[in-house]
Amino acid sequence: MLGLIPFVAMCFSVSLWDRVDPVIFGLPFNLFWLMCWIALSSLCLRAAYRSEIARADKGGTTK
Amino acid sequence: MSPSAVSLTVIFAIVGISAAIGILAGARRKMDLEQWTVGGRGFGAVLMYLLMAGETYTTFAFLGASGWAYSRGGPTLYILAYLTLAYVVSFFILPPIWETGRKFGMQTQSDFFSVRYGNKYLAGFVCIVGIASFIPYLQLQLTGLGLIVSIASFDGIGRTPAMVLSVVLLCAFVLVSGVRAVAWVSVLKDALMVFAVASIGIVIPNIYFGGIGPMFSALAQAHPAHLTMPGASANLGHTWYISTVLLTSLGFFMWPHQFGATFAAKSSDTLRRNAVIMPLYSFSLVFVLFAGFAAVMVVPGLTNGDLSLLTMVRKSFPPWFLGIVGGAGAITAMVPASIFILTAATLFAKNLYRPTFAPAMTDDQVAKLARGMVVALAIVSLCLAIFTSTTLVSLLLIGYAGVTQFFPGVVLGLFWKRVTVSAVFAGMVAGVATTIFLMLTHRDPLLGWSAGFVALCLNFVITLVLSVLTPAVREVYA
Repeated sequence: MLGLIPFVAMCFSVSLWDRVDPVIFGLPFNLFWLMCWIALSSLCLRAAYRSEIARADKGGTTK
Repeated sequence: MSPSAVSLTVIFAIVGISAAIGILAGARRKMDLEQWTVGGRGFGAVLMYLLMAGETYTTFAFLGASGWAYSRGGPTLYILAYLTLAYVVSFFILPPIWETGRKFGMQTQSDFFSVRYGNKYLAGFVCIVGIASFIPYLQLQLTGLGLIVSIASFDGIGRTPAMVLSVVLLCAFVLVSGVRAVAWVSVLKDALMVFAVASIGIVIPNIYFGGIGPMFSALAQAHPAHLTMPGASANLGHTWYISTVLLTSLGFFMWPHQFGATFAAKSSDTLRRNAVIMPLYSFSLVFVLFAGFAAVMVVPGLTNGDLSLLTMVRKSFPPWFLGIVGGAGAITAMVPASIFILTAATLFAKNLYRPTFAPAMTDDQVAKLARGMVVALAIVSLCLAIFTSTTLVSLLLIGYAGVTQFFPGVVLGLFWKRVTVSAVFAGMVAGVATTIFLMLTHRDPLLGWSAGFVALCLNFVITLVLSVLTPAVREVYA
């Protein structure tokens, strides 16, 4: 599920953020948005990694 | 020394140093087939990271991305999204792939298909499509190398001799060293490339516009539509963006070399941790985009957008710096190209030729045949690079449209027991046929959808429906 968040943010919602204004730190909004999500995607995966480790520690409920 | 001599000397020095690193890294180990292709399956997090980065950031990222930012504008943003999302996908699919790989001693993608579905024709078909998809990707790297040398020599050396020279170097490099060398040369390559793109992306806007913000406002004023989709293109709108991002991010690890690289990891944990860090690497591409956007204003009117980055560097910096950028670009083409050649040649020898024609071949003979194929493939791509011309991004997308057709077979094969050989086979054939048809008849994009994506959807539907209709086969894969 955590893996879906970046897809929604960077891919499906494109028509919501594909514009130049507002300009943030001198960057067009679409570029700024994608840059934020590069970092946020990494965080999402980190969270997914944590939860996977936690699950494995509990005694392998997954596999 | 003349400016062209300076820049060419720097380029050759950089290429020479990397070749030396590669050869040293390879020389200390005995090269059997497994060592050559998957590095003895013992790559830890660091080497793995290097290998994956080495395979990812190719000339395409360097010249192609800036070229599209220059000629198309907004649609180029898809690159930032797809690379990041590709790692998101990898987090979930690579660890199970690795687990099966270790269990059955797999070295290549085709091994996966042959073990999972127990059908050598399917495995052979996967090989052929994989090799065919590599050719445009290789052609892309060679075209890039040709552009670099001809610009750095101030048009003194033609593109064709430059490409011939680079093919010779490439073959020598691959034949001597194998996959471990490639990972080590990636260190140099990535350090140089990050240095080069960051300085270009920051310095150039500063020279001409007084900063990145002012550059974008100047650009937004001069070409108001350039920064959003469809930018300077007619048909690359939001539908195209979504379908292309999906196509390429799902397809990314379906490339036989990416898939094969998975098996070189030491554990599945290594792969997960890699996936967490890798998206951050996409930031370096942001600078490449800055450079491409700056070029719209600095060197307007180029017919080939792929030249924009280098032309601008040549105009704005001293020759030695052009040499560093060119050298970084050259190894950025050579490192991935050697991986592609290595993978394609191994696929041909091990998964196509041996099972079909000569089941009695020993591993040593396979390794010899693979080395012969290295040369053959290099020559085919060289000819294509000399005689045809397409933009770098288009070449990449052709390759992606091909390899992404493996996705249903891999993912359903991993997570759904019910999927059958005939269903996967039919889906894949339909997908590949659709792709070829749409590309040859120039219907890409089709009504705004990327052609490969249309084919992928068809492929998925056929695989699912037929799997349900055909009886479940005995479990070959346990």
